[in-house]
Amino acid sequence: MQLALFIIFGALALGGALNLLFQRHPIHSALSLVVVMMSLAVLYWSLGAEFLAAAQVIVYSGAIMVLFIFVIMLLNAGKEERTKGSRAAYAVGIPGAAAIFCLLSFVFLSERGALKSSNIGGDLGNGLDNIAEVSAMLFTRQLLPFEVTSILILVAILGAVVLARKEQ
Amino acid sequence: MVPTAYYLVLAAMLFSIGIAAFLIKRNVITIFISIELMLNAVNLTFVAFAHMWHQVSGQIFVFFVMVVAAAEAAVGLAIIISIYRTRQTMNVDELDLMKS
Amino acid sequence: MNPMPASTIWFIPLLPFAGFLINGTLGRRLPRAVVSAVALLFTAAPAAIVAWLWVTMRAVGAPDAIEVVNRPWIAISGFHANFAFTVDRLTLIMLAVVTGVGFLIHIYSVGYMAHEEGYWRFFAYLNLFMFFMLVLVLAANFLLLFVGWEGVGLCSYLLIGFYFKKKSAADAGKKAFIVNRIGDFGFLLAMFLLIVHFDNLDFSQIFATIAQNPQWQAQGAHFLPAICLLLLLGAAGKSAQIPLYIWLPDAMEGPTPVSALIHAATMVTAGVYMVARCHVLFNSSPLALSVVAIIGAATAIFAASIGMVQHDIKRVLAYSTISQLGYMFMACGVGAYAAGIFHLLTHAFFKALLFLAAGSVVHALSGEQDMRKMGGLRTRTPTTFWCMSAGVFAIAGIPPFAGFFSKDEILYRTFTSPNPLHIALWLVGLLTAGMTSFYMFRLWFKTFFGEPRVDPHASAHHSIHESPWFMLLPLVVLALLSVVGGWVGVPAAMFGSNHIERFLDPVFTNGTAAEAVAATTGHALELVLTLVSVLVAVAGFTIAYVFYYEKPGTADALAERNSRAYAVVKNKYWVDEFYNAFLITPLLMFTRGILEIVVERGVVNGSGQAAGAATRGLAWIERKQISGNIRSYAGWLAIGAAAVIAVMIFGSSMWGTR
Repeated sequence: MQLALFIIFGALALGGALNLLFQRHPIHSALSLVVVMMSLAVLYWSLGAEFLAAAQVIVYSGAIMVLFIFVIMLLNAGKEERTKGSRAAYAVGIPGAAAIFCLLSFVFLSERGALKSSNIGGDLGNGLDNIAEVSAMLFTRQLLPFEVTSILILVAILGAVVLARKEQ
Repeated sequence: MVPTAYYLVLAAMLFSIGIAAFLIKRNVITIFISIELMLNAVNLTFVAFAHMWHQVSGQIFVFFVMVVAAAEAAVGLAIIISIYRTRQTMNVDELDLMKS
Repeated sequence: MNPMPASTIWFIPLLPFAGFLINGTLGRRLPRAVVSAVALLFTAAPAAIVAWLWVTMRAVGAPDAIEVVNRPWIAISGFHANFAFTVDRLTLIMLAVVTGVGFLIHIYSVGYMAHEEGYWRFFAYLNLFMFFMLVLVLAANFLLLFVGWEGVGLCSYLLIGFYFKKKSAADAGKKAFIVNRIGDFGFLLAMFLLIVHFDNLDFSQIFATIAQNPQWQAQGAHFLPAICLLLLLGAAGKSAQIPLYIWLPDAMEGPTPVSALIHAATMVTAGVYMVARCHVLFNSSPLALSVVAIIGAATAIFAASIGMVQHDIKRVLAYSTISQLGYMFMACGVGAYAAGIFHLLTHAFFKALLFLAAGSVVHALSGEQDMRKMGGLRTRTPTTFWCMSAGVFAIAGIPPFAGFFSKDEILYRTFTSPNPLHIALWLVGLLTAGMTSFYMFRLWFKTFFGEPRVDPHASAHHSIHESPWFMLLPLVVLALLSVVGGWVGVPAAMFGSNHIERFLDPVFTNGTAAEAVAATTGHALELVLTLVSVLVAVAGFTIAYVFYYEKPGTADALAERNSRAYAVVKNKYWVDEFYNAFLITPLLMFTRGILEIVVERGVVNGSGQAAGAATRGLAWIERKQISGNIRSYAGWLAIGAAAVIAVMIFGSSMWGTR
């Protein structure tokens, strides 16, 4: 069953990514990304990261992507024109991207044995459920980074406010 | 019983599609969206490895990535708004003040 | 009574070196008197030590040879070379010649160079030369000898080019040094072969090894003739034999004392000394000995023929030196090493005398060197005349002067040698003796007799005067030596007891003993041969008398009738031109082609331009890259990331971290 789950939602994620690539209006790309994120949430759940699956849906696709859509609609971004851009991007970048993909998949597939298998929804083997484990680590050993991220978000808010302010 | 490698290859695919989108698209917001796609691919990798090695630190890392991505998205979009206000364009090819 | 001769031997070369240092560094600021005093003192002291050395080594019970070793020079596994001096009887003779004649010439130079600038430089170089020459004769191994060998070549260059502002002098210095270098190349190769075959460069060790292995000569081992021929090449360069004699006539550009010391008495005899020192080596290879003899004879007659038609007084003497050196080589080539050294000794006396007297003549005539513009000096410069006459008679081989005994000994030994070419060599030697007598008396008559043909302009400037006593004293001493110097080698046939031969017997015990030969052929042959050579010498005198005294102008008429032969000899057989066309010009073209075109333009200029072009190219690439376009940056990022990932995946196997 995990295989079926993986195939369906993996294909969904890929489809969404490709749609993102081929759509011309930014709003369509943004909505495709939401689809990708939802599929990824399911995949996270199948890998036993329930908290992250929830966070992905709530935070990532629920807040961040909404922000993106707000901005797209605010700025009234239209369809893209086919303008001539940079040749280097196509000449060098596409082969680069292809090369990255090939290299990575080569490594992953050749190390298949070492990478073992996953069992669906398996916990991390400590008897606790996922949330308890995450919070146990987050509030004890990683407390400082956790607090720092809250300051980071504060800074981001301030920055966004300052940058987006209308000029008087 | 899906081998972990398959998750990783999927993540690699998403990552390279993100790079391709970054290179092909002209709208600056779409470029940002492709960045988010890349980050998600990386998150999937981390979660897969966390599951493989039964460690929770991979998931903690994903948590932090999400937070930082949120902050970055906020500030970046604010910058885009500001650019749009001054230059009236969202075409990244026209933002070439650094051209020598 | 015998206070440590070992350490005193070190002073013999080191004192002139000290003189060089003092004169070389402080001489410019010192007054001339001090410079002369320093130079003379540091030359007289070694002469005194040598005299004392003679006394100690001739005393009863003195060792035949002293060897002093100071410290090792090269000490690696398989090869040793030390700073070692050895003094045996051959060395004693050479030391006497170098220090004695050298000291006399130093005295002469004080007078001769009195009005020259660069006085201190001259004496510094002379002292340096003495140092190197003494190192050469005292050396106990080939390596140290080579140091002296090269050093005297250097001093020769410095002193020939003493008047460096004159182009001909500078060129002559260069020519001398380069031609010497060619000979040194042969010497080096010989040393390498010696190291390969003997693991050693010590004279005593090598000669002992050869003596212990007589089968090498029987089996015809090739390396022995090879070593000897290469050493001969070195000697030919240093002692101006065919084919490397061309530098010596040009070396007359140097001041006359230099010609006397270096190019008559000492440096050019270094080759002969080396051959005599390595007599064991040469004796083991009859082929090499024949080559030595042939080259000696050929050079003797060749140079004599050129000397007959020269007009510059110093050039005549230069060719005469080459010719006499040929005699010495011929002597060594037939195994008569003692005779060769004897001739070296007498030649040092009369040739130095001749050069110094010629210098005195030139000085008297305020710089005139062309014999066609001399004449009638007999009455104007009497002392010079008498001294030079002694030298002329000595070199012509008129008994009882010095040259007669030594030359005669060589001719006799050549005639009686077991060499298959001995008759031919003897004939060549005889002819050369006749030619020597002829051209020396030609010089004598042209310079001192007849109507004065002196250029009136030159004499008006400075009237013809005798030289100061500084210059005359060495002349008188050398003249005396030229008269009596041969008496140490009066052979048994003339009721003498050949002192010098027996003196050098312990050194040349491997050479054919003269006594043995005399016992087989008897004294009659020797007397007959002596008579023949005296007749030939007198014939030369007579011809010169007729040509230049009785009927001056006969020679010119003869030259006109045989104009082609005369032109050949007058142009020195065009040897210099031949070398220039076939050796020097192609070499220059080749090296200029490589150095100028390939190295200078290609490498040096090219690398500079290549660096510039590379920088420009890189800058062009960068300018293309920094376009201000975000997407192109992203493209480069992507490819860079791919490269890094590739390196990390596949590179770690190279670094071994996997």
